[in-house]
Amino acid sequence: MFSSFMTNAWISGTIVAMLAGAVGFFVVLRGASFAAHAIPNGAFAGAAGAYLVGISPLVGLVSFALLSALGIGVTSRRTRNDVATALSLVAMLALGAAFLSVSLIYEPTINALLFGEILGVSSSQLAPVLILGVVSVAVLGWFYRPLVFTSVAPELARARGVNATVVDVAFLVVVALATALTVPVVGALLTFSLMIGPPAAARILVARPGWAVAGSVGLSLVTVWVSIGASYALNLPIGFFVGALGAVFYLGARVAARRRVTRPAT
Amino acid sequence: MGWLFEPGWWANGTVRTALLVGFVVAVTSAVVGIFTVMRGQSFAGHALTDVATAGGAGAFLAGVAPLVGFVGGGVLGAGAMDAIGVQRVKGRDIATGVVLGAAMGLAALFLFLSARSSSASGTTQLVLFGSIFTVSPSTLPEVSWLSGAVLVTLAAVARPLLLSSLSVELAAARGVRLRSVGLIFMVVLAVAVGMSAIVIGAILSTALLIGPPASALRVARRVGRAVALAAGLGVLATWVGVLFAYDSYYWFPSHRSLPVSFFVVAAIVVEYLVASVLRRRTRPAPVAASEPEGWT
Repeated sequence: MFSSFMTNAWISGTIVAMLAGAVGFFVVLRGASFAAHAIPNGAFAGAAGAYLVGISPLVGLVSFALLSALGIGVTSRRTRNDVATALSLVAMLALGAAFLSVSLIYEPTINALLFGEILGVSSSQLAPVLILGVVSVAVLGWFYRPLVFTSVAPELARARGVNATVVDVAFLVVVALATALTVPVVGALLTFSLMIGPPAAARILVARPGWAVAGSVGLSLVTVWVSIGASYALNLPIGFFVGALGAVFYLGARVAARRRVTRPAT
Repeated sequence: MGWLFEPGWWANGTVRTALLVGFVVAVTSAVVGIFTVMRGQSFAGHALTDVATAGGAGAFLAGVAPLVGFVGGGVLGAGAMDAIGVQRVKGRDIATGVVLGAAMGLAALFLFLSARSSSASGTTQLVLFGSIFTVSPSTLPEVSWLSGAVLVTLAAVARPLLLSSLSVELAAARGVRLRSVGLIFMVVLAVAVGMSAIVIGAILSTALLIGPPASALRVARRVGRAVALAAGLGVLATWVGVLFAYDSYYWFPSHRSLPVSFFVVAAIVVEYLVASVLRRRTRPAPVAASEPEGWT
């Protein structure tokens, strides 16, 4: 399990888990789950396009993730946010379907993009993953106060002169960067699971934002490590374990929170 | 007209089935979609396609009829979302997200197992992207029957549903049982979405559910007209998409046609842009009272 060809999987999985845990906390706090679901799908279309043109998939992932983020950010100023996200999502997926039909990609490649192929991470992929991860976390840290402020008290933030649109778009760009990183590792569909399950559980268990971010990163790390181990041992797709563990953590947190609320009353 | 309709269009049985099934699905999606957009449940509407997909993959693995898997998976997912708390606007996003995340994990498992157990290739793509051209004529009665059930149920709860979509407070004051109405709508949504996901694929399911209703609500002033307009726009986009996808076979020397979903979504985006331009000259459409909190 810890042999040399697994080293890259453990390293990239750890980076991805920390990033998804941190970004996911704000996704949950801001109620941006739909955007967090739509952007990875846009990134998937970008990867399919990159194969078609013959450039590095990472370029396609990053550019299409950014394109989806800006599309959602710009359109939702005019219309309902969920409608804007839905329209951006189907537009990106339809482009992806068109790319796939024109270029001849083998089905395992598509499955890897959708469901992840953590064992296939090469050493040359590690450097960009690390750099983009550090950049995303740095931007998050820089934006931490306005992000929490506009999420928790939007009216007050507006009254204090915080530009909500700028914060929104900047946040979506961070989600896009984080997404472009996580897609090759855990796949387009499960990038989302990692960004929702552990952070939602952490937010129920921990009240203070700073500690909740730490809890979210911790749960996310446990999810990824257990999933890599189980995926290796049982020879099943890693995506299944990521999705299942996220739901288990969330339900566990709900049960724990309910018990904590009812106990003082009795 | 020869330039528009490539050879064999009128005599092609596959095309005829695609047009008929497309008509039924587009109309049903448009009617359900009007309420989905007004209630701000686009995310649930999309998530249920993926949940239904997981059910479909499970049915494929278990050897059950795919339609049972798609619709059953969707209804189970809708029940889970309701149990976690899709009713409250604040918790809706998370409830949908958690169910969606778990369902995609299951889909990954089922697709992996069925790819290992059978040599049938292209399962993933077929389940995820679907194709209206692979619909067999025998599914038309099933689809019509399910659509009829969806529309009749929706008509039966239309008034309380509309009231609760426009103003939760007003509906509660009038004695509408919000929770039951919300649950009935989620089940109707799940059946409609599960059915359309298996017939036309997950992408087109969401596109037809959200696109035409969003366009119609931008220009129509009354709900009845919005429903009619959305149905018309949905059918138009579907038929134009089927026509172009058929024609695209003749566009390239390699004879590799582009997918229907690409053309239908392109038509829907064009419709939405036109509706947005027209909106400037008309009064805004009825807007749901319950704007999603947090970030508008």
